[in-house]
Amino acid sequence: MALEILKSGLSTTVQDLGRPGYYHLGIPLSGGMDRYALAAANLLVGNDDGDAVLEAVFLGPEIRFTADATIAVAGAELPPKIDGVDQPTWTTLAIKAGQTLSFGFLKSGARAYIAVAGGIDVPLVLGSRSTYPLGALGGHEGRALKAGDTLQVGTAKRSVRAGSTVAADLRRAAGTSPVLRVLPGLYWNRITEAAGRNFFDDTWKVAPEADRIGYRFRGGRPLAFVPREQPFGAGSDPSNIVDSCYPYGSIQVPGGTEPIVLHRDAVSGGGYFMIGTVISADMDVIGQLQPHQTMRFEAVDMTAALAARRERAAQAARLKSSLA
Amino acid sequence: MKTRYSFGGDEHIFVEVDEEMSLEAFFTSLSMTNAVKESRIKGVTEICPANASLQIKFDPDVIAPDDLLAELKRLEGAAAAAESTVNTRIIEIPVFYGDPWTHETLMRFRERHQDPSGTDLQYAARINGYASVEAFIAAHAGSPWFVTMVGFVAGLPFMYQMVERSKQIQVPKYLRPRTDTPKLTVGHGGCFGCIYSVRGAGGYQLFGITPMPIYDPNQEISYLRDFMIFFKPGDIVKFKPVDRDGYDAAVQAVETGRFDPLIRPTTFSLEAFHADPAGTNKKLLEVLRGA
Repeated sequence: MALEILKSGLSTTVQDLGRPGYYHLGIPLSGGMDRYALAAANLLVGNDDGDAVLEAVFLGPEIRFTADATIAVAGAELPPKIDGVDQPTWTTLAIKAGQTLSFGFLKSGARAYIAVAGGIDVPLVLGSRSTYPLGALGGHEGRALKAGDTLQVGTAKRSVRAGSTVAADLRRAAGTSPVLRVLPGLYWNRITEAAGRNFFDDTWKVAPEADRIGYRFRGGRPLAFVPREQPFGAGSDPSNIVDSCYPYGSIQVPGGTEPIVLHRDAVSGGGYFMIGTVISADMDVIGQLQPHQTMRFEAVDMTAALAARRERAAQAARLKSSLA
Repeated sequence: MKTRYSFGGDEHIFVEVDEEMSLEAFFTSLSMTNAVKESRIKGVTEICPANASLQIKFDPDVIAPDDLLAELKRLEGAAAAAESTVNTRIIEIPVFYGDPWTHETLMRFRERHQDPSGTDLQYAARINGYASVEAFIAAHAGSPWFVTMVGFVAGLPFMYQMVERSKQIQVPKYLRPRTDTPKLTVGHGGCFGCIYSVRGAGGYQLFGITPMPIYDPNQEISYLRDFMIFFKPGDIVKFKPVDRDGYDAAVQAVETGRFDPLIRPTTFSLEAFHADPAGTNKKLLEVLRGA
């Protein structure tokens, strides 16, 4: 059983839940940017929630199936079609040998997860099938898919009836005016009190430079720095620090102008100060943001961050039991 | 030095050993990294040492953030008292300074540079008080460098020049980061040298290129078969200037599996280095030469 890639889409990569353990050497987690949608697509086809799927961004691929298969598409509203016939998202679909899966225009969100029963069978590299294109590592030949590629699929583990679907209240809304919750910290003390207030008051817009490494935002007021003599080794710009590690979700603001939130293919460290970190519960939301979309940041404390984390885990558990 | 702790969201703790860079700060962050590793705190999933700081990733479902913070503070004293002698290795890295590939790149991004009229080497030589590019290269390749962090992208070493602070090369980063840097470029930003392990974005000044790959995801290069990444924190590097012929010969040797990097085991003591930097470096170079 194989998938023949007829059209690649904008950037379609093989992803699972990622490759932990090598960040200290500069190899990031990778894995699906919206892990909830990735898990949903997998569960809909009877896979384990972390099996390898295809992550398509903005523009879907075109794929011919060499054998009958069970598939599902979850995440962004990127409408799937089988031989040109519209199909629902968040639903178990049956596709026949020789049929082609394609996609209509993106309606909302940014990333769609395409799961196939049995999972995408690329080799495990450092424990994961995820693609890290910057390091030419993992996935299919360490890169996004190209027309002409062929992907193998594993053996299906459980059978799921076509038409199974994720209840509306368990589909995460992608595209409603988003708020990213942030725990201020790291080098927060480098900016003035007024700058800190402005950052959370302002409405920001997703910049075109938004990818798996990080999302850049524009439109808020520049951040004013607390004056200091730059420490030895940091560099002369007030936004420079002695190069340190960057947490996933950390918000760096080079030059104090355009915040960048690092994501699954993060650079592991560098010399720009950070004002805080997006909480783990909201990381999936970033993966569904479109360029030019407006959004806001909201300051929360650790108690709220942990409560949000529990809420997200509870929703993932409900999703799992609803599809069991 | 004053240790500062901050949460990076609900999954990371950032520990800043010092705001400014020094070998003391690096050694403290390294011994703290080792202390955290050895303490096997449940819920700690990864420890990333950096130049003068470290970052701990944890699972808050296993350990409460405040409990982990208390554990780390408890370890701080032990880490500060640790011995600052390491068993390590010294590696010779050939560099083709002022090569045509980084030259093409730096000319392409000239409008993002502090001094669009010259090259990065000319700029760095001038602002660091060297009379010529040749004198600057002699200084860059003259002393060893300490690898104080691996990261940014896969396997990229940050290197700290092993000379007195007054002699350390310092340059600003590009005004705006480039979107492209050739693979294996030798660069410099702030007080740090680096080798870009992969092609990609970057903001450091561009000095030259090495023929020696330091990252191989396919693990086909002879000295990267055991692991795809060459460097680890604590490695010592000595650059060796080569010309176009030397560069081409080394590239060919890499391609045919005959390139054998010069690597020698050695010991480094921070106290001995501070007591006599020039003497310590001279001994390190003797170790490298097999004397």
